[in-house]
Formats: sequence, structure tokens, C-alpha cells
Amino acid sequence: MTDTLQAETAEKTPTPRQRSAARIADAAGGRLRWVALKIALLAIVDAVALYAVFVLFLHNEWLVLTLVTAVTILVNWIYFSRRAIPAKYLTPGIILLVVFQIFTLTYTAYIGFTNYGTGHNGTKDQAIASLMRSSLVRVEDSPTFEVTVVERVGELGLLVTDPTDGEASLGTNQKPLEPVDATMEGGKAVAVDGWTSLTFAEVLGRSTEVEQLAVPYSSDPNDGAIRTQDGQKGYLYTSTLVYDADADTMTDTATGTVYTDTGEGAFTSESGEQLLPGWQVFVGFDNFVRAITDASIRGPLIAVTLWTFVFAIVSVASTFFLGLLLAMLFQNKRMRFKNGYRIMLILPYAFPAFLGALVWAGMMNKSFGFINQVLLGGAEIPWLTDPWMAKFSVLLVNLWLGFPYMFLVCMGALQGIPEEVNEAGVMDGASPWQIFRRIKLPLLLVTVAPILIASFAFNFNNFNLIYMLTGGGPRFEDATIPVGHTDLLISMVYKVAFTGQNRDYGLASAFTILIFIVVAVIAIISFRRTKALEELS
Amino acid sequence: MAPSPKVVKPARRRRFGKWFRDTGWRHVVAIVGSIFAIFPLVYVLSASLNANGTLTGSNQLFSSISLESYVRMLTNPQVPYAQWFLNTMIVALVTGFSMVFIGALAAYAFSRMRFSGRRVGLITIVVVQMFPQMLAVVAIFLMFSAISDWFPAIGLNTLSGLILIYLGGALGVNTYLMYGFFNTIPRELDEAAKIDGAGHARIFFTIILRLVAPILAVVGLLSFIGLINEYMIASVLLIDPEKQTLVVGLTKLVSNPRYADWSAFSAGAVMAAIPVVIVFLLLQKYIVGGLTAGATKG
Repeated sequence: MTDTLQAETAEKTPTPRQRSAARIADAAGGRLRWVALKIALLAIVDAVALYAVFVLFLHNEWLVLTLVTAVTILVNWIYFSRRAIPAKYLTPGIILLVVFQIFTLTYTAYIGFTNYGTGHNGTKDQAIASLMRSSLVRVEDSPTFEVTVVERVGELGLLVTDPTDGEASLGTNQKPLEPVDATMEGGKAVAVDGWTSLTFAEVLGRSTEVEQLAVPYSSDPNDGAIRTQDGQKGYLYTSTLVYDADADTMTDTATGTVYTDTGEGAFTSESGEQLLPGWQVFVGFDNFVRAITDASIRGPLIAVTLWTFVFAIVSVASTFFLGLLLAMLFQNKRMRFKNGYRIMLILPYAFPAFLGALVWAGMMNKSFGFINQVLLGGAEIPWLTDPWMAKFSVLLVNLWLGFPYMFLVCMGALQGIPEEVNEAGVMDGASPWQIFRRIKLPLLLVTVAPILIASFAFNFNNFNLIYMLTGGGPRFEDATIPVGHTDLLISMVYKVAFTGQNRDYGLASAFTILIFIVVAVIAIISFRRTKALEELS
Repeated sequence: MAPSPKVVKPARRRRFGKWFRDTGWRHVVAIVGSIFAIFPLVYVLSASLNANGTLTGSNQLFSSISLESYVRMLTNPQVPYAQWFLNTMIVALVTGFSMVFIGALAAYAFSRMRFSGRRVGLITIVVVQMFPQMLAVVAIFLMFSAISDWFPAIGLNTLSGLILIYLGGALGVNTYLMYGFFNTIPRELDEAAKIDGAGHARIFFTIILRLVAPILAVVGLLSFIGLINEYMIASVLLIDPEKQTLVVGLTKLVSNPRYADWSAFSAGAVMAAIPVVIVFLLLQKYIVGGLTAGATKG
């Protein structure tokens, strides 16, 4: 055995020169592969960045363009430099964190100080254009313009032939008419470079889009717009509203009412009537003031905040104690069938939580649900529709969803408590309850405290459960925002922003800022108490 | 073996009493707990096998057994269930893998390198994840509305946009968890490799990543499950039915329980849950290990 091995190695042993050459080649080969991979990845990043810069240039987004350029240069420097090794590992995560988490949180804070929402979701220029377009009427005796509907990357435009001088010009909803060199056919402009002319069939197919086309005649919105019904003939329409740029007022020519910009993000008449859409303006603490002084918002806000705390605290306590109770059952070494029970008890944790909540919502249905119909023999218990019952149901279902996790954690933590503790307690004549209450529970709490805090934080924002089970209902009757008795702060934000007739992004973001503050205070207090951050070396 | 008949009865009663005080009551509690745990699951399984579509029709457990509602769920042209499933898997797998990889890169830097700003960086990670992303859902929506104008490929109504948003949280509690685990791998290994001429990248990819595989699996699986459940951001970003994920689609499907096709929903729920449950049960040992490592650490 040894002889043959020695013989083989002796046979293959290279000279020192060969060995060092092989090592260098190997190292160089490996390094080359890494370098090639690195260059390939950076080339992809740079190509994407270049494309982004190009697009942003077309859209005149200078600030974003500058940021993209700066970040790309930085990334290239980091990965080509021989220093900055930690940065090579941290950069991807940090870029994603800054753009998609820190920026969005900051932006949320900003929106909280604006009137952003339904009726206020653009700039003032967009609002003026939109108002004028919505009040267009055809100018009587206006000349007939020959038009051709053209398209470029999904955007429609009108190629218009002037009836007086036969000149062609082109414009879209956003861009007023501008003279172009067009292909003429029988005195009518029919095609232009860079745009595709729509056939008659295509115009018919997109008739609603074509009817909505209103191409401004010039950069002055008061000059009106060209519109077409059939994609063949266009007419000049002017607005019943007249915008006076110097006085910054809108005048309704039909009624003579003058609307002025009062700084609230909409043209407002003397009687307080607003022309909508308005535009987005900075409103300072208005949203917060509204949340505190408007009784129909303040009432629900207070109720929802209190319920959020009750829900989070009761959820943590109930799941923890049920999990602990079950974990302690399994401490008995002689108990049989432990594995079987364990699998059954952790199944709710393995089942996707949103499905669990939806299934419970079906079972708890007042008229058709399994619980009322079968288990309770046709009782009509309003599990999800009575304010108090709904709160109870939410807690019960969350107990179902959450106890398996606590059960697993407690089993692990209990194993960490040495058996001698128990024996010592028995020797001193303590009852099992005393041993548990005075010795085991405190030891256990030390180890599971971080998990309880994390669980509190999770339940504080347990959007899924509320949204899937009760939808926040039953609704508060006296509230002007679509909020109900079981809504948490987080689902209230979602509903104010995305459901109901009015989307009020500003108010929703103001609520978010309030949640930030609450969460931050809780975080600081809990960190102080657990000293979790001091462990970081 | 058998004792004389006279002593059997009292002894057995005494034994039963003692047995009950010792372990019997534990079985009672465990059985009650198990029924509470599995009864909704039994119900949904039964409802999925019942072809009768309504909520009331699903109430008699296992009264009929057929796979009709599964077929209905998969073939209904109004409900692109297969597409939802695919979307969910794409989002959860791509995001889960990327999250773990980006998190592991950061954990390696924090664990093995000493640089200025390291402590602040670690604290920032722990603090920022206290503010869940969904709080910023309004800003996320508005930001992606703007992105849609510039780069439609990652804007509203795209899975890639959703994945990017989720990856914003890649440096979060997961990194912190991994960082703790990386610290338990002895540094001597790195140093030995360094002496042999390996660079930092080589050490990371060929040595460390293999040794920390268990924690990567736990973090990956927990992220995967969390991503499957994420509703708030997905519902705001994904508009077209065929772009949506399971959680968005199935929730809309039963938003009105009175008219919902309850057995088709149950079939969809069972099909969605079974892969997750199987993976979970197979890996539960590691998950429990990961959770309790966290629990007993602090």
C-alpha cells in the first residue's frame, strides 16, 4: 500500500520549478476568471445605467440623471479599486436599502405635508391643462382642419393641415402644434417621419382614445385645441374657462365667475367653490391638524390607536402563553405520541397565513359559516360583524396563527434551562407551580424577550390578518374615512390611501408619520431595556 | 405477570389516577390543542373536495369527494390561477435567493472586516427594519408611478418592480441573524486560506458560503414564506389580473363570501399551501434550530 503510493508520488513529483510555475498559472487563471466575471457584471450595470441616463435625458429629469450617473461612477470605482473591500460587499444592499426603503420612508414624510390625493395629484400646469380640456366646446363657424391620426410608442398625435395656408403641423395631448415637414397627398398631410399613420380600421379600433385627443393649438391654453371625432376632420374647440396668466385666475366665460389661486392647491371662487382637479401643494401641518381637530377623523384615529395596542399586546400574550403551556406538556419524558402532536400543532405555522385568515373568514360567516351552521347548530352569531365579537374573532384567529411559533420557540428555550433548577426547587420543598412561577418563567422570559418584542412589532402592523378576516369592519358609522372597529393603524393608512371614493395620500402619510413616532418610541424603550445593541462589538 | 384478581381493580384505578395526574392530562390538552390547530385545515381540505360551490355547501365535511373544483379552478378563464402561482413562485424564489445572497455579502463584510462606520451600519440595519416597508406604501406607489413613465419594465404592474421593492429590505433582520452565525465560524479558517493565497472573494464564495449554508437555508425559507404572504405592496403595484400573485388574486376571489365559489377557492388554497407545508415540514428541524438559536442567544 505505502510502497505503491510512494512509487506513484515519486513518479509524478515535479521539479520545484514546475511546481512554482503550476502555482502561478493556477493563481493567475483563478484571478483571471474572477476579473472577467467582475468586468462582465460591471459592463451590464454600466449598460443599464447608460440606458437609464438616456431615457432620463429625454424626460428632462436632471436631478435623477445626476444621481444615477454619480452612483454608477461610484460603483465602478468601488469594484475597480484595490481598496474599499468592505464596500464591495455592502454596496448592492445599501443601494437597494437607500432607494427602496430609506427614500420611500422620507418621501412618505414629505407627502404627509402635502394635499396629495384625489383631485390634487399633479402640477399646477397639468391642472390648468386638464381643466381647460374638460370644459372644451366647439367654436362655431370654425374652419375644418384635415387631420391624420399618428402614433409613436403608444402615444397618439394629430397631424393637422391648416385650411388657410396648407401648412402641416403636429401635436399631442401634451405638446401643442408645431410645424413639421410632412408627406402631402392631395393637399392633406398624411405621414411624417418618426410617426406611424393609423389606418381607418385602427382609428375605429381606438376610437375612444382618438376622441379624447385634444391637441393644444398653441402654448397659450386660451387658444383652444383641435379635436376630431372620426380621425379625418378636426375642429377648433376652445374652453369655457379662460386662464389669465398675469392675474393667475380662471374665469368661466359662461357664468362670469372668477376663480383665483388661494394657495390651497385649487382655483377657488369667492364663494369657496373649488375647480377640480387642483394641484399638489405643500400644506404644512394641515393634515395633522385635521386629524386632531376634525371629530370625524379624530374619533376613529383614537379608537384605532387604542385597539392597535390592545391587539398587539393581547396577541403576544395569548400566543405566548398557549405556546408555553403546550411546550411544557412536552417536557414529560414518558409522554407518548409527542412527534405526532408536534406536527399537528405546528401545521398552522406552515400553512400560508393569508390563506388561514381567508379560511377563518369563511368559517366565521354569520349566515353560512361552518361555525354557526354546524358547530352551533344554526346560531346566528355575528362573529365578524358585531364590533366586540369581531375584535374577539380577530384575536382568536391570531391565536391560531401565532401559537405554533411560540410553541416552537418555548420548546427550544425550555431545553436551555437545566434540569438541576427543577431538582433544586423540589429539594427546597417548592411546589411545581412555585418552581414555574418563580424560577422557570423568569429564566425563560430572559431568553425569549427579544422574540416577544419582535412579535409585538409584527402584530402592531399585522395588516394581512385584519384585511383578510374582517376588512377592518364593522365600519364606524360617524367617520368620514373608510375605517372600522377592527382596523389597525396600518390598515387604516392603506384604506385612506387606496380605497373609498377619495384617495387621500396626504392624510394617509400623516397617519404614517404618527405610526413612525409611536414605533420609534417603542423601539428606543425596548432597546434600552434589552440592551440588544450593546452586544454589537 | 398478571397480579391476583383481588388487587387488580384498586391498583389499576390508582395507577390510572397517577398516570392521569402525571401524563394523562397532558394528552387531553394536547388533543384539544391539536384539534384547534388542524380543524380549519381539515375544513378547507373537505371544502376543496366538495364540488358544490357555495359556502353553505361546504359545511358537511367530506360529504362528497371529487376533484371537480380543482379542475374548475385551473380551467376557469376568468381566474388565471396557474399564472398567479407562477408569478408568486417567481417573485418569492428570485427575491428569496437575492435577499439571502445580498444579506450574506453584507454579513460577511460586517463579520470579517473592520472598517469605519461598521458599528453605525449594524445599528442602522437593526433600526431601519423596525419601520416596515409597507408603512411607506403610498410613497412606493407614487414612486413607481413616476418610474413607469421612464422605465415601464420596472414600473407599476411588473413583477420586476415588486422584486426590487422587496429587495430594499434585503439588508434587514436577516443580515443581522446571519451576522451572528458568521461570527461562529472560526476565523482561523479564513486566515489559513489567506496564507495559501486566496483572496477575499475566493474565501467568501468557496469557504464561508458553504459553512453557513444552514442559516442561509433558514433565512431563505422564512423570507420565502413571508414573501408568499405579502399582500399590501403587491396589491398596490400589480394591477392586471394576470400579473397578480396568489395572495392578491385569491383574496379578491373571496372578497364577497356570499357569491364566492368557495370550493374552487379552497382547491386553490390547498394547491397553494401543500408545497409550502411540505417544504416546511421537511425543513422544520432546521427552522426550529434557527428560531431557538435566536431565542436562547439573547
